[in-house]
Amino acid sequence: MTRVILAPVRLFIQTVLLALGQVWVNKVRAFLTALGIIIGTGSVIGVIGGLTGMEKFVLNTFDSAIGVRRVVIWGQVPRELRSVMSWEDAKITEAEADLLIANSETIDVLTPVCNQSLPVGYRRESRSGVSVIGVRPAWHETEDRTTILGRPIRQSDIDEKLPICLINEEAIEELRLPRDPVGENLTVDGRRFLIVGVLETKDVPEGFGGGEARTELIIPFSTSKSMNPYTSTRLDAMITSPDVAEEAKAEITAILRAARNLRGEDEDTFGMWVAQNEIGNFNAVAGVIGFIAVAVVSISLLVGGIGIMNIMLVSVSERTREIGLRKAVGAKGAVVLLQFLVEAIVLCLVGGGIGLAIGFGLVEVFRNAFDLEFASVPTWAIILSLASAASVGVIAGMFPAIKAARLDPINALRHE
Amino acid sequence: MTDRRKGSIREAAIEIRGIEKTYRIGDERVRALRGVDLRINRGEFVAIMGASGSGKSTLMNILGCLDKPTRGEYRLAGKPTHKMGAGALAKVRNEEIGFIFQSFELLGRATALKNVMLPMVYSAHHMFTAKGRAKDALTKVGLGDRMGHKPNQLSGGQRQRVAVARALVNDPAILLADEPTGNLDTKTTVEIIELFKALHDQGQTIIIVTHEEDVAGHAERIVRLRDGKIISDNKTAEDPVHRDWVEMIASGMGASSVPAPATPKEEEPAEVTP
Repeated sequence: MTRVILAPVRLFIQTVLLALGQVWVNKVRAFLTALGIIIGTGSVIGVIGGLTGMEKFVLNTFDSAIGVRRVVIWGQVPRELRSVMSWEDAKITEAEADLLIANSETIDVLTPVCNQSLPVGYRRESRSGVSVIGVRPAWHETEDRTTILGRPIRQSDIDEKLPICLINEEAIEELRLPRDPVGENLTVDGRRFLIVGVLETKDVPEGFGGGEARTELIIPFSTSKSMNPYTSTRLDAMITSPDVAEEAKAEITAILRAARNLRGEDEDTFGMWVAQNEIGNFNAVAGVIGFIAVAVVSISLLVGGIGIMNIMLVSVSERTREIGLRKAVGAKGAVVLLQFLVEAIVLCLVGGGIGLAIGFGLVEVFRNAFDLEFASVPTWAIILSLASAASVGVIAGMFPAIKAARLDPINALRHE
Repeated sequence: MTDRRKGSIREAAIEIRGIEKTYRIGDERVRALRGVDLRINRGEFVAIMGASGSGKSTLMNILGCLDKPTRGEYRLAGKPTHKMGAGALAKVRNEEIGFIFQSFELLGRATALKNVMLPMVYSAHHMFTAKGRAKDALTKVGLGDRMGHKPNQLSGGQRQRVAVARALVNDPAILLADEPTGNLDTKTTVEIIELFKALHDQGQTIIIVTHEEDVAGHAERIVRLRDGKIISDNKTAEDPVHRDWVEMIASGMGASSVPAPATPKEEEPAEVTP
C-alpha cells in the first residue's frame, strides 16, 4: 500500500533530479537559454526593490517633515460666494477649534495657529519680516518639537496672554543672542518678549520647504491674537492614525458645517488638507512605475519563454531514441510529458533563481551607491517572480512535452 | 513463492490468432501481416527469421506491445493485449516484456546500475528493492564488477549484457531480442548467445528476431516468415533450411560465404496493394 502512494512521489523526485542533471550537463546552453528569464527576474526584483526603497524614503521623509497623520483646516470663501461673503466671515475661530477638540473622535491633538511677519530686535540687532507664530501647547505635539533649553509653551501662558516666546537655534545666530538666551528680552513689533525656551532645530529636507532655516518665534496664541485680532487662523491637527483619514475628513466636515449652519447644497466655507491623501498620490505614481516595469519585464519573460520552448524542442529531438526506450520499458505518455515539462520548469526556476540573486545584487547597489537605505525585496516579489518563471516554464514547455509524449516508440527507436 | 516464469511447458507465454496488420502510407494500404497464428510456450527459446519485408519487424513490434494489430487476438501471459489501451500496454511492456535492441539503447550518462534500474522507475513494484534487484541482474549477466561504469567505459559485449540485465530486472514473461548480436563481433556474439542459453536453461522464455542462421541455430525452434505469413515453424534440428545451412558450413564452404545482408536493420512492408 505504501509503495502505491510513494511511487508517484519517487517518480516525481527522480524526474526533478533527472531535469537538474540535464541542466547541469548542458550548463552553457542552459545558461544562454535561461538568459531571458534571468534578465526578466533580475530586473523585476531590482525595480521592485528600488521602488520599495524610494517609497519608504519618501514616506519616512514625509512623516518626519509633516507627519502622515496631519490634517490642516482653514477658512475659505467658496468661489460662487466671493461677491457676497468676505474672508472674515469664513475665518476659523478659536471656538471652532475647541468644538473640534471636544467633539471629534478621530482628532488626537489640535492647535490653532496664526502666523505673522513682524520686526524682531535684540539690543542693536534687528530683523524684519520674522515669522512669529501663535500657538497653543498642543503645537509641541503636532510639530513633534520640544525645547532643548528652558520650557515649552504652557496653558497658563495662553490664559494670561503672557508676552513670552520660544526661539529656534537660528535666532541665536541671527540676533547674536548669548548661547543660553533664556531670560533675555526681545522686542517684537515694539513690545518686549521674554525668551523662555529654545527649540531644537528640525531637519526638514529641501523638498518639503526646509533647507533654509530662518529665525522663528513661537508665542502663545492668545498673545498673538491680542497683538492683531485680524490675522487669519488655521488649525493644525494630528488624527489618531493614518488609517482613519477618510473618517476624520468626514467627521471634521460634519462638525464645522453644523457649527456654521451650512445645510444641503451649501458649499463648505473652509478648506482641508489631509496628508494621507498626498501619500495616496505618491503611491499611485509608484504603482504606475511598478506597472510599467512589470510590463517591460513581461516582454523579457515572453522572449525568454520562446527561447525555452526552442531549446526544449531541440532537446526532445536530440533525445528521441531515449524517449523511445523509456516508452518501450513502460513509461506512459503522461510520464514522458511530465519529464519534459519538469525540465522546462526547472530550467526556468534555475534562471529565476539566478535572476533573483542578480536582483538582490542590484538592490544592494541601490542601497549603497544611491543612498536608498530602505531598498529591500519584499517576500511577495520573490514569490511573484519565481511563480512567473515557473509559469513561463509550464507554458513554454507544454508544446515540446506534448510532442515528446506523443512520439511513437517504434519510430523513436529508429530515429537517427 | 514459486517462479511464475518457470510454469508448465504447456502454459502459453504468447498466443496469437489471426493477426493482421495493415499500414496506410498515403493512399496506399500496405499489408505487413496477413493472418499469423503463433503459440510460444513458457520456457521456449524461439528464433523468428525472415528476409527484409517479410513482416518480422512488424510481428516483433506487436509481440512487444509497441504496436497493435489491425485484426486478430494477442494474449501475453494470458492477458488479452488486443483489448488494451495505451496506458495498459505501457504497463504490460514494463512488467511482462524485456526488450533487447541491436544498438543496446543505454542511457549514455547513466551508470550500468542506473540503466538497469530504469524499468523500475516506471512501476510501483520493487520500489524498495530496486537497487538490490538491479545489482542481482548485473551479477547474473556477469557484470557484478562493472556496476558503476558508464556505457562509454564498457565494450560492446558488456553494453549488451547491461541491456540484458535491464530486460531481466522486472522478471518479464518474455525476453524479446531484436537482432541482439547485429552490432557485435563474432567473439562477443558467442558470449551473448551463451548468456541467452544460460537464461533459457533457468526457464526464461526468449524470442530472438534475427536474420543470422548461426544465431538462430542456438534456439530450440525457428519460425520463418515471408510476405506477412508464417511459412515454416519447426524445431531447429528439423528445420530444412537450417539443416542445409549447417551442411553447407560443414562441407567447408565457410561462414564467409554465408550471405549476410549488409543492412539488416529494417524490413519494410511486404507488399503494396493499390
